[in-house]
Amino acid sequence: MREMLSVRDLRIEVRAHQADGSASDLVLVDDVSFDVGKGKVLGLIGESGAGKSTIGLSTLAYGRGGVRISGGQVLLDGVDVTALSPGGVRTIRGARVAYVAQSAAAAFNPAHKLGRQVIEATVRHGLMTQPEAKKRAQYLFKVLGLPEPERFGERYPHQVSGGQLQRAMTAMALCARPELIVFDEPTTALDVTTQIEVLAAIKHAISETGTAALYITHDLAVVAQVADDIMVLRHGKTVEYGPTRQIIETPREDYTKALVSIRQAVREPVRKAEEELLKIEGLTAGYSSMTVLHDVSLSLPKGQTLAVVGESGSGKSTLARVVTGLLPPRQGTVTFKGERLPPARKERTLEQLRRVQMIYQMADTAMNPRQKVSDIIGRPLTLYFGLRGAARTSRVTELLGQIEMGPQFLDRYPAELSGGQKQRVAIARALAAEPELILCDEPTSALDPLVAEGILKLLMRLQEATAVSYLFITHDIAIVRAIADRVAVMHRGRIVRQGDKASVLAPPYDDYTEKLLSSVPEMQIGWLERVLAGRALVPAA
Amino acid sequence: MSAPGNDQIATSAGRSNNLLARLILRRILLGFGLLLAASMLVYGGVEMLPGDFAATYLGRDATPESVEHVRKELGLDRPMIQRYGEWLGGIVQGDFGTSWSNHNSVAEQLWKRLGNSMLLAVASAAIAVPLALGLGMIAVRYRNRFPDRAISILSLAAVSLPEFFIGYLLIQFFTVQLGVAAFPATVYDGMSLGERLSAIALPVLTLVVAVLAHMMRMTRSAILNVMSSPYVETAELKGLSALRIIAEHAAPNAVAPIVTVIALNLAALVVGVVVIEVVFVYPGIGQYMVDAVTVRDMPVVQACGLIFAAIYIVLNLLADIVSILANPRLRHPR
Repeated sequence: MREMLSVRDLRIEVRAHQADGSASDLVLVDDVSFDVGKGKVLGLIGESGAGKSTIGLSTLAYGRGGVRISGGQVLLDGVDVTALSPGGVRTIRGARVAYVAQSAAAAFNPAHKLGRQVIEATVRHGLMTQPEAKKRAQYLFKVLGLPEPERFGERYPHQVSGGQLQRAMTAMALCARPELIVFDEPTTALDVTTQIEVLAAIKHAISETGTAALYITHDLAVVAQVADDIMVLRHGKTVEYGPTRQIIETPREDYTKALVSIRQAVREPVRKAEEELLKIEGLTAGYSSMTVLHDVSLSLPKGQTLAVVGESGSGKSTLARVVTGLLPPRQGTVTFKGERLPPARKERTLEQLRRVQMIYQMADTAMNPRQKVSDIIGRPLTLYFGLRGAARTSRVTELLGQIEMGPQFLDRYPAELSGGQKQRVAIARALAAEPELILCDEPTSALDPLVAEGILKLLMRLQEATAVSYLFITHDIAIVRAIADRVAVMHRGRIVRQGDKASVLAPPYDDYTEKLLSSVPEMQIGWLERVLAGRALVPAA
Repeated sequence: MSAPGNDQIATSAGRSNNLLARLILRRILLGFGLLLAASMLVYGGVEMLPGDFAATYLGRDATPESVEHVRKELGLDRPMIQRYGEWLGGIVQGDFGTSWSNHNSVAEQLWKRLGNSMLLAVASAAIAVPLALGLGMIAVRYRNRFPDRAISILSLAAVSLPEFFIGYLLIQFFTVQLGVAAFPATVYDGMSLGERLSAIALPVLTLVVAVLAHMMRMTRSAILNVMSSPYVETAELKGLSALRIIAEHAAPNAVAPIVTVIALNLAALVVGVVVIEVVFVYPGIGQYMVDAVTVRDMPVVQACGLIFAAIYIVLNLLADIVSILANPRLRHPR
């Protein structure tokens, strides 16, 4: 039987330009073959740079920024799309193969209404008349569980939530009844509680329409819920390819085993609480007329990690801004080592500032791209301790050693570092001030799982060595389990639950914590159905 | 996550109108403020110009006594603030004063001349703006290929030539060698619109060449800026044609920078007519102003200056308002 999609010996290259002006071809994907039958879902999994998106886009005969297919075949129902003329390619895109991007918020045109964009490809390809396509869009909005399906298309992208946009993007892909849909990390940018809804909607829509699908993600637990088969990729090559159950339950390759076990890292038991380091009382804060934090009280003992967990928009980062003094609160106090900190950064002494440092989610944007690593780490040394010249360089080298990087990095610019290395340098910059508290604002959420794990281990080791405390902001329960001593659950600007990790993450739960915990994907086939059955949340057909 | 109900959608529309009205009203008030400031600068600046009408007017008869007499007649012996107040008060009522040199009403001449100039400017804009937008989109469609390069080189050449030089080149070519265009481009009362348009063909062409390049290049770069957006990739992956992607998906998101540049160029167009009118001996506001400057006819110079400032301000105000209206986030808040 002919498969809907059959990829044979795919090889994809990109022309890389060197600094000296010469150009060479870089192989992104090498010797990849797979089949996807009608109504089946293949999960492509791997770290960033594994070539997942590149393979996905190749089924639309599309390459980002000079990427080209240099070998093999991509057979869509027996026709090689890589051999089509530009005109022929256009007749496939949006009609027979559709693409769902990671960030629907960016992938929708802000200038047009959603409905118009959803039906655009279908109408332009002449597959349906405008009224027909509109009706189908309304049907799909309903299948995907969007509010007011008849009127949803009248809204602009900025008027709906991220989860709704992601579902609208799925509707856009499904509208033309394509034979294949490429889902490129469709839930990665969403909160777990939203992710589960979108995941369920996508799964339901796939089974409803019988389309074949490629599901690209770096999260094995997510793909386990939707895929029939899984292909594990690394550096553009196939690591392992087989049925979902085999990959999850009996992985053969070491790399796959590492991916499967990643969520199982758990921290040693909670240490004895000593003196209190940070105490936050009755904090209310916000921007102009909007109140983001409502009466937040927290406490963090010395040498421990307090994880603040919640969805985006729950006020976690605002809390960090108040503690650092970037955002003076309207009410409430921040006490550090028994001393009340002035609300605004400008009123704090250099010593007060030194003791509280911060690590950001995007190490990229938190570093000056024009400064070398030696300057990035060295500047706080000069500011707080007056170190200069050779003394400074030797201290920077020492700090680099602490983050497991060698002196060869001293003269590098941030652009010459990998994502994980950048975050390590950011950690070293925070450490340079010899702080007693480091605020970590989602420091690993932009990193690949294995790299993120390395960063978390580094942070824990540093804590043992220097007795620094962390206020760790995250949306990831797995991280909380792995590193926290104390946990505070935040929802809509309020702390709904806090205490020792063991007591917070154990029943009885409040409603929100229950929902949050049960939404975290587990590496088990059938997990999604069980959770949804428990909630009676399965979208109506 | 919860969706707004019907009533909420209705109130959000009402709110959006309010917000828009407030934003636009603020811009308009700001425009009036700017105009007032401009009037002070124009009045004060012209006052400070060297040379004296009385001395120029009297020529050889300029004895100190007669100069003093003329100055007194014109009211120049009174303090400047007082004269400025009266001037401004008159303008609010549509009275721009009386010309010193021929004692005619400035307003009457001004509106007539302005009408002629606006004909020139509007005709030029009507050709230049769509042409610039179209060429800009074509340049994006074929970026870094022959059509883009050709458009780019020609427009750069046009930008680097001074307007008056372009004007003389066109006269040399079309009037002297081919004999197909009229020169001088004189229009007078009683000419039909068709006759007028054929008379102004050359100055219009000159102005189009002068302002086209800037608008075209800005259109190109503004659209190129959004061409790397994920939503343009989405459009490509829908299998849309390149021109449709540019016109429907990229251009609407590049409206604000393009409109700003168009407004600046339209203003430059109106002001640029000063030079072009002299080259083509065209009876517009530019020539009127230049003639007045030579005889130091201050009321005329001040009136023309104020009109130019007002045109600048109004065009930029319109650009601001269009930019606000083009932003769906402002038109349709959450």
